[in-house]
Amino acid sequence: MTLDPSYLDYPKRRLGYDHDLYPWSSIFARPPVSWPGGKTVAVWVCVSLEWFPIVPSDKPFRAPGHMVTPYPDYRHYTSRDYGTRIGFYRLLDAFAKAGVTASIATNAAIAERYPELIADIVAAGHEIVAHSTDMNGTIATGLPIEEERALIATSLDTLERVSGTRPRGWLSIARSQSWNTPDLLREAGVRYACDWVNDELPYRFANGLINLPLNHELSDRQIITVQQQSADSYAQQIRDAFDWLAREAGTHGGRVLPLHVTPYIMALPYRIDAFEALLQDIAGRPEAWVAPGGAIVEQWQGQP
Amino acid sequence: MHEGAGDPGLYDFLPYRGRPKVVWPGGKTVAVWVAPNLEYYEIDPPANPFRKSWTKPHPDVVGYSHRDHSNRVSHWRMAEAMSRHGFPGSVSLSVALCQHHPDVVEDGAKRGWEFFSHGIYNTRYAYGMDEAQERAIIEDSIATVQAATGQRIRGWLAPALTHTPRTLDLIAEYGLDYTCDLYHDDQVQPVKVKSGQLASIPYSLEVNDHYGFFVYNMSPRDYADTLIRQYDRLAAEGAASGTVMCIPLHAYLIGQPHRIGAFERVLEHIAADGRAWIARAGEIVDAWRAQAGGAA
Repeated sequence: MTLDPSYLDYPKRRLGYDHDLYPWSSIFARPPVSWPGGKTVAVWVCVSLEWFPIVPSDKPFRAPGHMVTPYPDYRHYTSRDYGTRIGFYRLLDAFAKAGVTASIATNAAIAERYPELIADIVAAGHEIVAHSTDMNGTIATGLPIEEERALIATSLDTLERVSGTRPRGWLSIARSQSWNTPDLLREAGVRYACDWVNDELPYRFANGLINLPLNHELSDRQIITVQQQSADSYAQQIRDAFDWLAREAGTHGGRVLPLHVTPYIMALPYRIDAFEALLQDIAGRPEAWVAPGGAIVEQWQGQP
Repeated sequence: MHEGAGDPGLYDFLPYRGRPKVVWPGGKTVAVWVAPNLEYYEIDPPANPFRKSWTKPHPDVVGYSHRDHSNRVSHWRMAEAMSRHGFPGSVSLSVALCQHHPDVVEDGAKRGWEFFSHGIYNTRYAYGMDEAQERAIIEDSIATVQAATGQRIRGWLAPALTHTPRTLDLIAEYGLDYTCDLYHDDQVQPVKVKSGQLASIPYSLEVNDHYGFFVYNMSPRDYADTLIRQYDRLAAEGAASGTVMCIPLHAYLIGQPHRIGAFERVLEHIAADGRAWIARAGEIVDAWRAQAGGAA
């Protein structure tokens, strides 16, 4: 079989990207960013707080961490619930101990089902970021636009009703968007999304939406679940990243270190000690400004 | 190649034992070259019937934006670390990057890096191309890199490692004189082609950062240790006959903040060791050919 002649046509081969979602720029050519109090590394802790229905949906795709065995998958349903009942409270305590204010990327179903959990998040001063409806609420091209619009609205409205504040941030499940997502988020009043991992500072989409990159390579899912490394190795890697960014910030301006953690992964008894020690170490560094995503975006927006 | 034969006939069997001695300039025992892949992956490429590009419906946000990290952040991080320790790059280039992000290509050119072709995009595969189509991407590569950098490309690493039975004969016919697609040796070796002269320079899958992190699931420090062991062994063996070590990189992997520090310590180790000839791919091929002579 020979390829169609059009396979050698390159209609988007031009200066800049092969799309118009956001413009190109190099982080090293931008004016330096500064963080409050003369700090140079914004440490952003983001927790994914998820509810997995025991009846999984594959449309448009099955979320990472979802059910595996034939129905009823008690094994995975309850292991994920462990993260919400036990692990998340370990994380809340760890944050309190280290003085960390975090972003909690929360499924709307968590608010519907466990309003007392939302009250605990709000009382501790953490930020709630909208994280779809439940773990069947995945997004990808092919999802009808009306369904996607409704999914985004349900997520934001529910979290606002239960927490008292409309979330300003959005994280898609698996960071997966459709072609429509950036405009639908903007239309729903979302200020920033966290899905695109191409940068290490906030930047603006063409439609005005801000992207605050939540580096998937630094997530507990990637390092511990996918790459099968230990919590100690994870902590070492985050310390190495912090050291590098602190040094780079000395010559190029403020940096962001995103820590994306999952209760049922990081908050197990045999891993949480390493994570607690890491938080206390990093939060105590003289260069560190520990802040939730919304505060980082706000600081960034206020600069030239 | 012998199309359809069990042995493609690319080279003769030549055991490691008893080979003529290759000596690198300055009496060094191992030629070390660093090969950053400067790539462009399209967000919505056309389908190739033999290989899928993205595993998800377009846009594959993580797949695309992870690679875009190279061209916004990590290229400069990686390149600065290389320059600090005296390592030039020999770039495996998606040549359309010359149009999309000329700043990145220009940065490499200013550092004295050498460019060879890695196809037009890393989302356009050679599988299924006829001869005219394959000639078109070779001619496009030569012209595009010449216009952007003034360099005449000498090497080829097939786009996303997709080949046809014709590729090696064709690139040699166009005067390219090295390929990075064959992994049968730790020394430069001649490749049998219909016309011209083609050398195989050792590239590497095994110590490629992509394999290190996503095939072998190494931590950044484990990967750095792997590179140091690879180097130490090849430097020792090269005393008998000069060896080649390639470090193939992708900025979006090695230039992540948790990896670049460990990698910089590898560069320090090699630069301080004294046995390494740190060079560009073309220089290594030239130094080998000067010793191998007309036999190659």
